[in-house]
Amino acid sequence: MIEAHQLTKTFRDKKRGEIHAVQNVSFRVAPGQIYGLLGANGAGKTTTLRMLATLLRPTNGTAVVAGHDVCAAPEKVRANVGFLAASTALYGRLTAREMITYFGRLNGIPDVEIKTRTARLADELDMGDFLDRRCDKFSTGMKQKTSIARTLIHDPAVMIFDEPTVGLDIMAARTIVRFVRDCRARGKTVIYSTHIMSEVEKLCDVIGIIHDGQLRAEGTLEQLRQQFSQREMEEIFVQAVTGQSAPMTSASAGVAVP
Amino acid sequence: MSASNIATVYRKELRDMLRDRRTVLSMIIVPTLVMPALMMGLGFVSYKIVRQARATAPTVMIIGGADSPRARNALAAHEKIKVVPTADDWKIRIAEKKVRAAVEIPAGFDAAVERAEPSTVKIYNHEGEMRSGFAVSEVRRFFTDYREKVITARLEQRGLPASFVKPFEIRTENVAPPERVGGNIVGGIIPYLFILLAFTGAMYPAMDLTAGEKERGTMETILCSPVARMDLVFGKFLMVLTASLATVLFSLLSMGLTFLIGGSLLARMGGGAAAAGAAAQAAAAAPSLPSLDPLGMVAVVGMVLPMAVLFSAALFTISLFAKSYKEAQSYVSPLIIVIIMPAVIGMLPGVELNLRLALVPILNVSLVSKELVSGVWHWDYLGLIFGSTCVYAGIALALAVRMFNREDVIFRA
Repeated sequence: MIEAHQLTKTFRDKKRGEIHAVQNVSFRVAPGQIYGLLGANGAGKTTTLRMLATLLRPTNGTAVVAGHDVCAAPEKVRANVGFLAASTALYGRLTAREMITYFGRLNGIPDVEIKTRTARLADELDMGDFLDRRCDKFSTGMKQKTSIARTLIHDPAVMIFDEPTVGLDIMAARTIVRFVRDCRARGKTVIYSTHIMSEVEKLCDVIGIIHDGQLRAEGTLEQLRQQFSQREMEEIFVQAVTGQSAPMTSASAGVAVP
Repeated sequence: MSASNIATVYRKELRDMLRDRRTVLSMIIVPTLVMPALMMGLGFVSYKIVRQARATAPTVMIIGGADSPRARNALAAHEKIKVVPTADDWKIRIAEKKVRAAVEIPAGFDAAVERAEPSTVKIYNHEGEMRSGFAVSEVRRFFTDYREKVITARLEQRGLPASFVKPFEIRTENVAPPERVGGNIVGGIIPYLFILLAFTGAMYPAMDLTAGEKERGTMETILCSPVARMDLVFGKFLMVLTASLATVLFSLLSMGLTFLIGGSLLARMGGGAAAAGAAAQAAAAAPSLPSLDPLGMVAVVGMVLPMAVLFSAALFTISLFAKSYKEAQSYVSPLIIVIIMPAVIGMLPGVELNLRLALVPILNVSLVSKELVSGVWHWDYLGLIFGSTCVYAGIALALAVRMFNREDVIFRA
């Protein structure tokens, strides 16, 4: 379960003064649900997710993740969260097995248990042939699988994905999408940020549109379609963000064309 | 703070570092090679230069003295200098080191000596230049002897003994043990090298474990783990410290080995050289390793310990601020000057330890080490310096923890 209450983050920049990256964002994600955070670059997606993963401290407001407050018990939150982002890389000089074992140990799992879990994950993710090779020689797909195993070794109740498919080819992206669905099937609470419209359409149970640090619209795909009287996610997004319809849609909607 | 978490982080960092060729190079190979190379090199090169300089007689030009053949010929016959034909541009030649010195014999010198009238012989030299110095001392010795002979002859004429003008002799003798003499000459360099190695050893891992991790994107990964930030700082810091101390330790070990093996090796090389040039009277000055007090050396390493903590924590903090490895390098490289400066001041002759200097980081260790390797133990200063360095190290470490907890530093974009 994730419950964000009035999450706010303000950065201070010498040149630009105060930057309100996230302002009063509240939402709720239930177990077995995928919440899609949709927004353009710089909308505040990463900052929001980093606050949920306790990498950043909220300036105001708070969130309860897997039963723990992010401000009061950040370490307990992290013990119950799996965080996967395009920016979370692997240690190149470690093997996949060493990488997974390291994170298992950091999560306080006994070595025997780490061994059985690694074997199971390697089997599920089909990592057998590269489990004992160094990560710096991996293809993108192999890296993704290792990262997934790394986030799952402590079997977290909450999964946070920050644009995990950025820069991936179709096959690697599909692995991720399948994995996110698997998480939902196992009853995990999932939050997923992206700027790709088709991904939210395919994947997310609830969609939150974030812009300029504020949550502009929220609901299931159907609810949003009704609210904005649009079918396409892209149109819904543009309307939610700008408060008006996109020019292409106006033309196709039959507005007088000379 | 959890000791087992710190150990987990440390073990992982150690494994990671040992798989990196660059660390192994800076942590093990460089310090192992630098010490013997420096000590053998220093011993051998200085021996060779001095021997060569002594073996070849310095060139001297005689100015004037055409009417004083007695003095002139005696000087020309002196075998420890080589008299070259006079040229008008002798000043330039001395400055250009083509001629080492010039002697000006005043007009009517022989006659003046004969008549017991005062006169002055002038020697022109290139101040501070070693071979010019040799030439001057040879010419000076020659004229001192010449003067003595004149005096003895005059005394004999009057029936007086030589002791009439020389009632007693003056002689100088070194009583300091050889390691104290050695300590003063190379004593400044060897401990200073430990300081430099403690710094360079920490440099690479400090940058790699902070800015390097940010650059490669693993910093965010590790921050997602439930481990407290404090544990991460200590695990990483201990790794940097390990690298720093390993560098010092490897150099100490290789230095010990150099003393065990290198000494006899050098002596054999020197012995062979001396036998080959039998005429050269350099045999007495066979090349030798600088003699240092071994217990003092160990104490120097002990003094370097808190300094390694200071360096590791400071480098860790500074590189943590950088976004990339390159940026970290541009912050850290100028720091080498900061390390070199106090150490160089410590090596200057005449700079001695006092209460105020004992509180200046790096300089204090450099100065007290100079004393330690020559076998002098100032217990009060040792305590003060060790204590103050520990305090500085503690401050640097606290700063590192503080920086690691600042999200604007960790996520600096």
